[in-house]
Amino acid sequence: MPLDVKKIKADFPIFCQEINGKPLTYLDSGATSQKPRQVIEAMNSFYETINANVHRGAHYLGERTTKAFEDAREKVKKFINANSPKEIIFTKNATEGLNLLAHSLGSTLKDGDAILLTHMEHHANIVPWQLLAERKNIELRWVSLDEEGKLNMEELEKLADGVKIIAVSAMSNVLGTINPVKEIAKLARNQDSLVVLDACQFVPHSPTDVKELDCDFLVFSGHKMCGPTGIGVLYGKQELLEKLPPFMGGGEMIINVTTEGFITNELPWKFEPGTPPIAEAIGLGAAIDYLDDIGMENIREHEISLTAYALRLLTEKHGDQIKIYGPSEPAERGGLISFKYGDIHAHDVSQVLDEHAISVRAGHHCAKPLMQELGIGATVRASTYIYNDETEIDQLSIALEEVRDFFKLNK
Amino acid sequence: MADLEDLYREIILDHYRSPRNRGELPCPPAHRAEGFNPLCGDEVIIYLETKDGKLTDLKTGGQGCSISQSSASLMSEAIKGKSVDEIKKIATAFKAMLGIESGNIEGIREESSQNGEGPEASEAVKLGDMEALKGVMKFPVRIKCAVLGWNTLLTELEELQNS
Repeated sequence: MPLDVKKIKADFPIFCQEINGKPLTYLDSGATSQKPRQVIEAMNSFYETINANVHRGAHYLGERTTKAFEDAREKVKKFINANSPKEIIFTKNATEGLNLLAHSLGSTLKDGDAILLTHMEHHANIVPWQLLAERKNIELRWVSLDEEGKLNMEELEKLADGVKIIAVSAMSNVLGTINPVKEIAKLARNQDSLVVLDACQFVPHSPTDVKELDCDFLVFSGHKMCGPTGIGVLYGKQELLEKLPPFMGGGEMIINVTTEGFITNELPWKFEPGTPPIAEAIGLGAAIDYLDDIGMENIREHEISLTAYALRLLTEKHGDQIKIYGPSEPAERGGLISFKYGDIHAHDVSQVLDEHAISVRAGHHCAKPLMQELGIGATVRASTYIYNDETEIDQLSIALEEVRDFFKLNK
Repeated sequence: MADLEDLYREIILDHYRSPRNRGELPCPPAHRAEGFNPLCGDEVIIYLETKDGKLTDLKTGGQGCSISQSSASLMSEAIKGKSVDEIKKIATAFKAMLGIESGNIEGIREESSQNGEGPEASEAVKLGDMEALKGVMKFPVRIKCAVLGWNTLLTELEELQNS
């Protein structure tokens, strides 16, 4: 079912304003999404009516808060089709989830073990493993990409031989490429490797079923899916999480502490030391309700059709100047388009777009190894979500004409 | 678009498209320094040779937006052959033109003092073509681009003096 973008947009207070007398064209949801009123109100209402700490006070507010917090966990569980709320660890963001894994899962690796990464990873799925490789003698292997920005699967198969962990993004934040995760998981099953999915760009845009994906771990952030900042999720198979040592220590993650030592709490709290982001978890729960109402299948279809429109329009109107990265087939990519425009640096392009109240991201997108492979320093990235429609892609195209004229590029 | 015209003066685009003193110098005797803007990936590389407290030669490299690259190019023209002391004075004047004072964590003035003309503290130093970068002041995010080359240079000069 097509999305009613007008109706959806009306849910987002940020679009009520004009910037320099122009309506806001927000094409930077890959960095962070905007927040609907429903999420903002859920968080306000929490602070105004039931605010207390979780799992502590045996009083009315404490019980209500604990229930709301654990209800949010249950929503996440259902949203990604996990087996149990014990498999849902609340973190600060996806980056923390990956650091947790590199630390706790990393501690189970032995000297000489190997981890497989790809050239399209975000720094968050690179640096924690590099830190681990510095602590231990761990080999990092890298899968390269083909000309369309897809993983070289033949190479992946070869390099995966004997690795303990395959850590890969479900969807590239620069190229938009959606990776063949099921295929990778199948490969991993045959040889006892664990699969870690960076699903930051995937979960907000597509139905996610961790059983179908057959991944061992999966991380994502709340703020890219209509939720607040400061909340992320680490999913892990229960039997694996049970075996891992804790990451950070503190209150909540223990059952008992003596001067001699401590006993860790059960899942999921074992990995949640200190007061958690309570309002943020509740906000994420509200975001999930919101997205579920629209329907993740519908959201995915909307993005495929919008991406197809953008690829077609931008190529048609700017074919001489624009170089678009990533797969040419819209169904193989998520709702974002990275491009280079003539010899104009991405920053300079985005500066002119900003004059038109069009927000895009310009830069290396925290994926410098990828930029190196592409042989460029920066791209412009226009990323869409549920509140964007074709008229905004038209706006982008018109503003790009101005970029072309302003910097005197040939038509 | 008036602000944009102000930001992208003809001279800036000219230096961006045809950067001056572009290239490398053999190290040693030259020293190589690189500076990054981790936010956007802009990169400036500077090769410099000094003798008796003077900058005898320099080349620049790197890649990035028109502001970072043209600023490095303009800088290279302005400082070649100058003494380290003179260069520091020019740097201070250049930063002052963009509203940057030392001490502030971001190196950028508060909004309230940012509108209008730059401070007069550095009138004695003539900035010449570099004044074309004055328009950057209205775009706070881009100030870091404009000073990337300068900060890379100053850090290297400091290190050379201390070694």
